[in-house]
Amino acid sequence: MGARSSMQLQEEEINEIQRETGFSQSQIVRLYSRFTSLDKSNNGFLSREDFLRIPELAINPLGDRIVHAFFQESNDETVNFKQFMRVLARFRPIKTNQDKNKMNTREDKLRFAFKMYDLDGDDKISKDELLAVLHMMVGANISEEQLGSIADRTITEVDYNKDNQISFEEFIKAMEKVDVEQKMSIRFLN
Amino acid sequence: MGEQLFITLLSLCFAPVVSVVILVLVLASLGKSLGIRRRYVRLLLQVFEFGKEKISRYNKNKQNGDDSDEEDANENTKTLCENGNGLNVIERDISISYSKGIRIQSISTDINDVKKKFDLSDIMYFAKCGVETIIEDDVTQRFSAEELPSWNLLSRTSYGYHYISLRLTIIWGLGFLARYFVLLPFRLILAVLGIGWLIVCTAFIGYLPAGKFKRELNQYVSLMCFRILSRACSAIVTFHNSENKAKNGICVANHTSPIDVIVLSCDNCYALVGQAQGGLLGVLQRAMARATAHIWFERSEVKDRHLVTKRLKEHVDDLDKLPMLIFPEGTCINNTSVMMFKKGSFEVGTTIYPVAIKYDHRFGDAFWNSSKQGMIQHLLNIMTSWAVVCDVWYLPPMSKLDGEDAVEFANRVKSEIARKGGLVDLEWDGQLKRAKVKDSWKEKPQEEYSKMLKVD
Repeated sequence: MGARSSMQLQEEEINEIQRETGFSQSQIVRLYSRFTSLDKSNNGFLSREDFLRIPELAINPLGDRIVHAFFQESNDETVNFKQFMRVLARFRPIKTNQDKNKMNTREDKLRFAFKMYDLDGDDKISKDELLAVLHMMVGANISEEQLGSIADRTITEVDYNKDNQISFEEFIKAMEKVDVEQKMSIRFLN
Repeated sequence: MGEQLFITLLSLCFAPVVSVVILVLVLASLGKSLGIRRRYVRLLLQVFEFGKEKISRYNKNKQNGDDSDEEDANENTKTLCENGNGLNVIERDISISYSKGIRIQSISTDINDVKKKFDLSDIMYFAKCGVETIIEDDVTQRFSAEELPSWNLLSRTSYGYHYISLRLTIIWGLGFLARYFVLLPFRLILAVLGIGWLIVCTAFIGYLPAGKFKRELNQYVSLMCFRILSRACSAIVTFHNSENKAKNGICVANHTSPIDVIVLSCDNCYALVGQAQGGLLGVLQRAMARATAHIWFERSEVKDRHLVTKRLKEHVDDLDKLPMLIFPEGTCINNTSVMMFKKGSFEVGTTIYPVAIKYDHRFGDAFWNSSKQGMIQHLLNIMTSWAVVCDVWYLPPMSKLDGEDAVEFANRVKSEIARKGGLVDLEWDGQLKRAKVKDSWKEKPQEEYSKMLKVD
């Protein structure tokens, strides 16, 4: 695997990422190894194809949206290691010591989930967007009308300012009782 | 005078080499062993232990200077743990497969079947599952060499370890010299002799009329040549359950490298199946085909499934022919798992003799990463490793049960091989090394999720 890759990652870069994301040195080195193994063309950044080459991601119904999250971070056609780490940082478990939470606060995690729904990035989830995402999740197994009524019900339940769209604040309020910590955190080993 | 000295010195150097080579050839033809290779392996293990201690001391010193780890260490006492695939970064909570959809590991399947209304938070399962697979997935890691828990003194697997201690560097340096300037030439000579002898003998055998004598002679010659070739890789193979050795039918095994053929052929004779190649490989194929029936397909014939099955069946039905050796994965996997078996050999309707091969990767990785290395480079890699140490288990023969189709039968055989060899049993297709995932595979996770939803 990326046995020699840890030599290519500079000490300062590791420190910078550590300050920014809160990952430990060994985690950063291991994740860099993973990054380089995904980078088949060996040019220091990942493309969409590199991500979708992972079979388990390619069969994830929302695989494209997840990959899109990385490219939104980079605002470009490619993702470098720092941008890669910034997205992964959202999934770090929330630490009890408040200072240790860099990019993985409850709000950060909720924003990641919100952006999965918000297809056009206008900070609001419209009914069409919700329908489109529902479609991705269930495929052809549920009819249009039923999906439509699910979308209607969902929006009505959380839409407080009655603009028929879900804003980020409304989303946060809707997720009040949800254990976001558990659902949006990955168990990183030291 | 100078010339005379030079000649005597050269012959003095050659004499031991030649005598060792002759010794090896004699032992190979008799099928005996002096046990030197096993003692060599034990010595290597002791050297590795020494290296491991040095490295763990070095790592401890390195970590003591890293403050931020202390806090994390208190909260999360799990350290990078080793499992069959090497060192993990995360522990996966959610699994996804194209036959079972998305499953949450900690919850029993019954609760997964409970119906619930759609909630905006449902997207979190998909998101977490997806990001987990980006960090660590079950499939792509099988197509690169397995990581070692501790260094085995080869620079190709080092993390820069050969710079950390003078003693370690010296040992590594000595090992390097030993491997490249002593073992490699010796092994190359054996390889050339083995291949040459095989080609010559099979040419002679080819003139004999078909019959018992030809078969027995072929068996003797084949075993001898492959034993020579196995010594050319310094292969130390331990065979288990030889009572299950195949005498006819089809023998299936997990595939890690072309070396698999040599490893298996030094204990039993097989008819090989493969695509007809050009060059040296083609010469070998034609040579072997003179002495006994092998099946070499032209490129065009490979596409025709019926033709393939027909030829396999014809061969298997002829009891005078050797058992066929097939690798149903279709490609080389890194020996940590067994991937999907192609159903072709399981449709023929004959007895299947499964064989599990497990390499000890401490002595050199036998995996052929065909997307990164050509065959020649791979063989050179093998010949400059310490040794090829492996275990071969002959499993009891299996037949297709009534009411079972070829795919189910193939999966059953695959599970048996995985279980015996201590490998992970995966349903994924080894062709994913190069091919893309089919879009239709998304359907199962979608279907499973929609089953969960309570719709008005």
